[in-house]
Amino acid sequence: MSKVTTRDLIDRFSLELLSGEEGIYRPITTSDISRPGLEMAGFFTYYPRRRLQLLGRSELTFLERLDTEVKEERLAKLCTSNTPGVIISRDLEAPPELLESAERSGVPLLRARDTTTRISSQLTDFLDAQLAETTAVHGVLVDIYGIGVLLTGASGVGKSETALDLVRRGHRLVADDSVEISQQHANTLMGRPPELIKHLLEIRGLGIIDVMTLFGAGAVRPFKRITLNVHLELWDEDKAYDRLGVDEDTMRIIETDIPKYTIPVRPGRNLAVIVEVAAMNFRLKRMGINAAQEFSDKLMDVIEDYDRDEF
Amino acid sequence: MEQKTFTITAETGLHARPATQLVNKAGQFSSEINIESRGKSVNLKSIMGVMSLGVGKGGEVIITADGNDEKEAMEAITNQIQEELGE
Repeated sequence: MSKVTTRDLIDRFSLELLSGEEGIYRPITTSDISRPGLEMAGFFTYYPRRRLQLLGRSELTFLERLDTEVKEERLAKLCTSNTPGVIISRDLEAPPELLESAERSGVPLLRARDTTTRISSQLTDFLDAQLAETTAVHGVLVDIYGIGVLLTGASGVGKSETALDLVRRGHRLVADDSVEISQQHANTLMGRPPELIKHLLEIRGLGIIDVMTLFGAGAVRPFKRITLNVHLELWDEDKAYDRLGVDEDTMRIIETDIPKYTIPVRPGRNLAVIVEVAAMNFRLKRMGINAAQEFSDKLMDVIEDYDRDEF
Repeated sequence: MEQKTFTITAETGLHARPATQLVNKAGQFSSEINIESRGKSVNLKSIMGVMSLGVGKGGEVIITADGNDEKEAMEAITNQIQEELGE
């Protein structure tokens, strides 16, 4: 299932449509861009036909030198029934053979103002974001000191209440209850709220409140990279909770693993403070300061010295 | 796992009040219950999630229940939907 068509590119990058209008609803299935230099030289064995084809100054100048017959043949091969589009950069003139071939096969031929490298990187960025795998997670996403913390846990465990407490402490709400997550590059998860419920928080007994009008524009964020998962669960007497913090548990979303802390909930535990400290401690660890590991190492030194004293 | 598809026939669609009733019903069971519409799946126990789907009249929803009391949950939810929301 593809969500992006050549039409979206025309709108987004204000491209000029030169020919092949018939194909503007062709789906784009990959964010890779092809620069068909070798193909123009006649090597079509590995031609990536499903990619957008980008022709710059060098490809077009090379084409000019070819005989009309050869040129026609290669440009006909370039426009296949699966090719989502051919883009010419730098506002260059399109060869008449290309215009004709694009029209015949219904491949949109587009023209851009920018230089080839520039348009190529812009297209890749845009397509990466659009074609990213997405999923929805039941949870609350809060930005705590710049760390995107995804609070998860069963319904009614106090995720939204914790988020409200965090907002009161100056942190930012991204999404309540339902977080739309997309994996953009490898290991990058972006979370955002569904459009209809952005800035809103549901608190049992109060109903739906608008965090932005209550606490101001500084209390919300439209999207945030997710780096940490804090899972809240009702205190289970039979379960052993992490007492040291040396081992790291992870949660997998799409294909990315993020560190996960499981925090048991019991009346009287101030969850907002615990979650806030979890985020700070996580930041500290990333800066290379791992209190649990340092403590464990120190203890190990003492134990080793103890052995030595014996003999 | 129990799964059932419903069509929302109520004039106002899955509006705030009926959505709340449905969420409250789902909250009475321990099973994991999800509702899916237009390829998006959310937890049926979460009011914000359900409302974020914005299901209108004629919309199709798939409800799944998974857990110890999945049968009872599905029955209660079916009754709730048939009462005023759809079929």
